[in-house]
Amino acid sequence: MANAKKQLEVSDEVAIQITKMNKWFGSFHVLRDIDLKVNRGERIVIAGPSGSGKSTLIRCINALEEHQEGLITVDGTVLSSDLKNIDTIRSEVGMCFQHFNLFPHLTILENCMLAPVWVRKVPQKEAMETAMHFLEKVKIPEQANKYPGQLSGGQQQRVAIARSLCMKPRIMLFDEPTSALDPEMIKEVLDTMVQLAEDGMTMLVVTHEMGFAREVANRVIFMDEGQIIEQNEPEQFFDNPQNDRTKLFLSQILGH
Amino acid sequence: MVDLSFVRKDIVPQRAAPLSEAGIVGWFRKNMFSDIPNTILTIIVLYFIISVLSSILPWVFSPTWYSGSLTECRSILAELGRDGHGGGGACWGVIRERWLQLLFGFYPSELYWRPILAFFLLGLALAPVLFEGASRKLLYLTAVYPFLCFWLIWGGSIWFPITVFAGFIIAYVGFVYVNKIAGSLSGVIASIVLPLIWWLFIVSPLSTMLFSILPIGSEAIDSDRLGGFMLAVLIGVTGIALSLPIGILLALGRQSDLPILKGVCVCFIEFIRGVPLITLLFVASTLLNIFLPPGSNFDLILRVMIMVTLFASAYMAEVVRGGLAALPKGQYEAADSLGLDYWKAQRLIIMPQALKISIPGIVSTFIGLFKDTTLVSIIGLLDPLGLSTNIRADMAWNGILWELYGFVGFIFFIFCFSMSRYSMYLERRLATGH
Ligand SMILES: Nc1ncnc2c1ncn2[C@@H]1O[C@H](COP(=O)(O)OP(=O)(O)OP(=O)(O)O)[C@@H](O)[C@H]1O
Ligand SMILES: [Mg+2]
Repeated sequence: MANAKKQLEVSDEVAIQITKMNKWFGSFHVLRDIDLKVNRGERIVIAGPSGSGKSTLIRCINALEEHQEGLITVDGTVLSSDLKNIDTIRSEVGMCFQHFNLFPHLTILENCMLAPVWVRKVPQKEAMETAMHFLEKVKIPEQANKYPGQLSGGQQQRVAIARSLCMKPRIMLFDEPTSALDPEMIKEVLDTMVQLAEDGMTMLVVTHEMGFAREVANRVIFMDEGQIIEQNEPEQFFDNPQNDRTKLFLSQILGH
Repeated sequence: MVDLSFVRKDIVPQRAAPLSEAGIVGWFRKNMFSDIPNTILTIIVLYFIISVLSSILPWVFSPTWYSGSLTECRSILAELGRDGHGGGGACWGVIRERWLQLLFGFYPSELYWRPILAFFLLGLALAPVLFEGASRKLLYLTAVYPFLCFWLIWGGSIWFPITVFAGFIIAYVGFVYVNKIAGSLSGVIASIVLPLIWWLFIVSPLSTMLFSILPIGSEAIDSDRLGGFMLAVLIGVTGIALSLPIGILLALGRQSDLPILKGVCVCFIEFIRGVPLITLLFVASTLLNIFLPPGSNFDLILRVMIMVTLFASAYMAEVVRGGLAALPKGQYEAADSLGLDYWKAQRLIIMPQALKISIPGIVSTFIGLFKDTTLVSIIGLLDPLGLSTNIRADMAWNGILWELYGFVGFIFFIFCFSMSRYSMYLERRLATGH
C-alpha cells in the first residue's frame, strides 16, 4: 500500500481554490478565513474535533451550504448564487454522506442511473452500462436489482460511491463515510476509496480513520473552531505535530 | 467446577410444528380459547353477534320486493303474521321502484346509456393510473376523459369541450415555445395567461361558430336533471382527481423559501380548513353569483365541484406536508448533490416517497370527500340523500326510513371500502423492505 501511494501523482492543475472564505450560521461564525488550494489528484483528509466545521467546509464546496464571504472556485467555475454555476459544479463534484442517503424507493441500479439520465441526458442503455461498470468496481453488481433497505451498511455506502461515480465527477467529497458503519464493514468501504485514489481521483475526505489518512492521503488538514489550524504531509502531521491543539487532538484520538 | 466447554456433534434436523401451532384447530385454540378470560370473551362476543344478526336478518329478508306502497308492504307483512308497523320486515318495494332514480336522478331514461358509458370509460381511464399492469396507451384516454365525460353527461355541442381541451394544448405549446426564446419563468407565465385568454374570450364564440358550420352534438341535458349516485360520483371523482395535485402544490408552496408564495399558501390552507364545507357550498350557490359578471351563467354543479375541490385540497396539502416532513433531510441533499434541479428532485425523489408515506391520510381524505358530497343536498342538489327526502315526501312511501338510507349507505360503503382496499394494495405494492 505504501508503495502504491508513492506512485500517485499530483498534477499542477488547480481543482479547487478557496480564498478568504467565511461563513456564518445566523450570528455564529462557523468558518473563518479559510484558504485552501487543492490540486488535481490530491487526496486530502480533514480531521478535527466535533463541531469544528469540517462538514460545513466540504458542503460549501458543492453549495449544499452558502458561504457569505470569500471566493470558491471549482474546476475554474466560480461558485456564486447563480443557479447555472451551482448545477455545473454539482454535476462535477460527487459527494458521499455519513448516512449514505440512497433513495429507498428505487433499486440499486435505478439509484445509479437516475442522475445520469435526468441531469446528463445519457440514453437509458448507456446509463445502465455505466451503472453496472461502477457497481462492478465497488464489487456488488449482483445486488443491482435489490432495494437499498435490503443491503448492509457497508454495501449501501459502496452503492452511494458508485452512484456518485456514475456522474463521472472530477472531484469526490466524503463526509465521514465510515462512521455509521460496524467495524467489519469499514474495511470494505475504505478499500473502495483506496482504489478510487489509485485511479487518480481528487478526493476530500472528512474522517477519523487515521490509518486511511496515513496510507492514502498526501495531505492532512486539522481544523478547530472553524479554522484550519495545521496542515502537512501525513508523516509530518502524525509524527511531528506543531500546534498544541493538534497535539491534544492526536493524543486523544490515537491515545488508546 | 462446572464444565463450560461444549461442542455440538450432531445437527438437529427440522421438524414439523406441533399440531397445536398449525391448522384450524390450533388457530382457534390459540386465538380464541387460549385461557379462561379469553374463552369467556369469545362466548360473550359470539352471543352478541348472534343476537344482533337474529334480529336484523329476518327484517332484511322480507318478501316485499313487489309492493307498490308502504301500506301494501305492511299488509303483506301482517298477512304473514309479522309485526305490521315496520318492525316485522323491511319494505324493499321502494328500492325496486326508485333505484334508477337513486342512481341517475331525473336524467331522461332513454339516455341512461350515456352516464353508464361514461362510468365504464372512467374505469378504463383510471386503470393506467391505478394499476401497473394496465396498458400505457390508455393514458391518452385518461387525458381526454374529463372532456369526453362532460360531453357524455351534459351533451350539447361537441365543439365546446373540444375548444376547452384545445386550451390545454395552447398552454403546452405556449410553454415550450416561450421557454425556448425567453426562459422558463416567461414560459410558465405564458402557459397560464394564453389559455386563460383563450377560455375567457375565444372558446364561446369559436365553439358557436364551429357548431353553426358543422352541427355535431347530442341532446343537451340541464344540470337540474342530474342527481343520485351519478352526481355524487361526478363531484367526488372531480374532487379526488384535482385535489391531489392542487394539494401537492399547496404543500410545496407552504415549504417554499419565497415569503409571499408561502404566505398565500398558508392563508389559503388555514382559511379553507377553518370554514365548514356547508358555508363554502352556500357561497357557491348564492354569493358567487354576486361576484360573477352579470349575465354569466356559471353552472351550479360546476361551482359546487370547485368548492369541494378547494376544500379537499386544503386538507390534502396538510396530509402531503406530513409526508414531506417525515423525509430525512439527507434525501434532499443527495438529490442536490447529484445536480437534480428542484422540480426533478421533487418529481423523482421527494414526492414518490412523501406520497407513499401519506397514502393512508390521502385515502382518508378521499373517502371523507366522497361522503361529504351528500352535503350538497342542503343547497338543493339531488344527490342520493336529497332524493331520499324527495321520495319520502311521496304519498306512497311517506314514513319509510331505514330501507332508503340503508340502501344509500350500503352503496356508499361499497365505494369507500373499495378505496380503502385499493390503498392497502398500493401500500403493499410500493413496499421496498425498509
Ligand atoms: N444548519 C445549521 N444551523 C446552525 N448551526 C449549524 C448548522 N449546521 C451546523 N451547525 C453548527 O456549526 C458547527 C460546525 O458544524 P459541522 O457539522 O460542520 O461540524 P463537524 O466538524 O462536521 O462536526 P462532526 O464531527 O460532529 O460532524 C457546529 O457547532 C454546529 O452546531
Ligand atoms: Mg460532520
